Amino acid sequence: MEHENPSGGNRRNFLIQLTSVVGGAGVAAACVPLVSSMNPSSDVLAKAETEVDLTGIPPGGMHTVAWQGKPVFVLHRTPEQIKESQASNGVIDPEADAKRAKNPEWLVVLGVCTHMGCVPNKEGPGWVCHCHGSVYDDSGRVTHGPAPRNLEVPPYHFLSENKLVIGKA
Amino acid sequence: MANNIMNWIDERFPLTSFVKHDLTDYPTPRNLSYWWNFGFLAGIVLVLQLITGIFLAMHYKADVAMSFDSIQHIMRDVNYGWLLRYMHATGASAFFFVIFTHMARTLYYGSYRAPRELLWWTGQGLLLLLMATAFMGYLLPWGQMSFWGATVITNLFKATPFIGDQVVIWLRGDYTVGDATLTRFFALHYLMPFVIVGAVVIHLVALHSVKSSNPSGIDLAAKDNIPFHPYFTIKDLYGLGIFLIVYSVFVFFMPNSLMEPANNIPANPMVTPNHIVPEWYFLPFYAILRSVPNMVGGVIAMGLSVMLFAFMPFLDRSRIPGGARYRPFYRLQFYLFLIDMVLLGWVGYVHPTDQTILIGQVATFVYFASFFFVPMISKMEESWLIKRGLPAEVMVLIDSEANEIAKKQLKKNQRNGVQS
Repeated sequence: MEHENPSGGNRRNFLIQLTSVVGGAGVAAACVPLVSSMNPSSDVLAKAETEVDLTGIPPGGMHTVAWQGKPVFVLHRTPEQIKESQASNGVIDPEADAKRAKNPEWLVVLGVCTHMGCVPNKEGPGWVCHCHGSVYDDSGRVTHGPAPRNLEVPPYHFLSENKLVIGKA
Repeated sequence: MANNIMNWIDERFPLTSFVKHDLTDYPTPRNLSYWWNFGFLAGIVLVLQLITGIFLAMHYKADVAMSFDSIQHIMRDVNYGWLLRYMHATGASAFFFVIFTHMARTLYYGSYRAPRELLWWTGQGLLLLLMATAFMGYLLPWGQMSFWGATVITNLFKATPFIGDQVVIWLRGDYTVGDATLTRFFALHYLMPFVIVGAVVIHLVALHSVKSSNPSGIDLAAKDNIPFHPYFTIKDLYGLGIFLIVYSVFVFFMPNSLMEPANNIPANPMVTPNHIVPEWYFLPFYAILRSVPNMVGGVIAMGLSVMLFAFMPFLDRSRIPGGARYRPFYRLQFYLFLIDMVLLGWVGYVHPTDQTILIGQVATFVYFASFFFVPMISKMEESWLIKRGLPAEVMVLIDSEANEIAKKQLKKNQRNGVQS
C-alpha cells in the first residue's frame, strides 16, 4: 500500500480533475434538453408538405402559397419569360435555369430573400426585395445584391399536370 | 425607539454604514454638470419599464392568434391600459435616449479612461442587454413591423459559420418567426429586465469603487468632493423633473409619434411591407448593416459598430487628462462622430436608393475611421498641445503619472530580477 505521502498532490489532483470533468459533463448533459426544447416541436415539423392546384394560374401569373409557414412563389412563365431565363445563367450566383425549374413553364421558389428573409415583391421582370434592395430575375436568381444566393428551390414534384406537391422531391 | 431598532439592525446587517458609504456621504466631485444626471435617469426609466411591464403582462397574451388583439384589449378595455402601454412604449425610446446621452457624455469627457475601463465595459454589457430586451419586446404586439423586424434580425444569425441555418431555426423554434418565437421572446423579455438590474448593481459597484469622473477630467483631491446628499440628490431630482415633463409630453400628447403605423396591421408572414424600418434607436446600426454589400460582412460590421466603444480605453492614447474639454481635435472628432451617427440614422430610415446607399457607405466608412484614427490623432494632438504649452499644473500631473508608471515598471523589473 502506498500511503507514505498522503498529502502528495498526485492523487488529490487527479481526483479534483476527474470530479471537474465529470461535473462539467453533467452540466453539459443537463443543458441538452433545454437547448433542444427550443428547436421546432413535432407539430411544427408536421407542416412539411403543401399541395397546390395549378389550374387557376394564368400564364404570366403567380400564386403565393404557404409551405412550412414560409411563402412559396409558383410562377406560370410565359414563353418569353422562359426564353429570357434560359438565355443567361444569372450574375451573382450562376446557375442554369434548367436546374432550377423541373418544368420550364413552372418556376417554384421560396419567397424568402436569401439576405435577411423578407418576402420580395413581383415587380417588372422578376422580383425586388424592398427591405434592402436585392433584385431577382424570372428564374429566382439574384441579379443585384446584397442577397448572396438565388431564391431557394424547395423540394417539389408534380402529382399530375395541374397538381403540385411542395415538400417532397 | 427608532434608534433602538436601527441599532438592533446594525449589529446584524451593515445598514447605516451602507447608506452612509454609498448614498448620503458618498463623495461626489463638486463640479459635476447636468450631463452627469443621465445615469440616475437611466435607473429611473428602468424602474418605470419594470413596473409598467409587469402590469402590462397581466393583460397581454403571448399567442400568435391572440397577441395582436390583446394589445387592442389593453388599449380599449383595460382600465388605464392605454396609459400603461404608452408609458412602456415611450419608456423604451426614453431609455435609449438617456443611455445614448449617458454614453455621449462618457465619450466627450473621456470618462472611459483609466481607471474607469471596467465601469465602461459593464456599461457596454448593459447596452447589449438593453438592445436585446428592446428587440424582443418589439415582437410582442405582433404587428407587421414586429414580425418583419424579428425576421430580419433573427436572420442575421445565418452569418454563423457552418450551422447558420440551424441556428436561425433554433432561435425561432420554427421555420419562420411563429408562435414558438413569440412565446419565447415574451418569456425572455420578462426575464431580461431582472438580468439588467443585476448588471446595474455590478455597474454601480464598479462606479463606487472608482467614483465619478468630472468635467475637468482630473481626479479631484478629497477636499473637492462633496457628499451625494443633499447636493446631488437635489440636482438629480431637478433633472428628473425636467425629464418627466418631456416624457409626459410624449406619453400624453404624441404617444404615436415614435411608433410605425405599419405595426397597427397584424403580422402577415406572406407579405413584407414595402418599407421596413427598425425603431429609431437602431437606425444607425441598421444603416451600417445595409451599407455593406456582402451579407456576412454587413452582420460583422453591425456587430462591430456596437462593440467598438469598448475599445476606446485602448484607442485613446493621449496623456492629456480628460476628454474633449482640453483637446480640440478630440472635440472635433466627437462632434463629427455625432453628425455621422445622425446621418446614418437618416440613411437607415429612408428607402434605399443608389444615392442613399452611397451616402450610407461613406458614413459607415467615417464611423469606423473615427475609431481607427483615435490612436494617431490622440498622440499627435498630445504632442501638439505640449509644444503649444500646457498649464504648469497639467504638466506636473502628466509627469507624476509618467513617474508612477516608471516606478511600477522598475519594481516589476526588480521582482523579476530577484526571481531569475
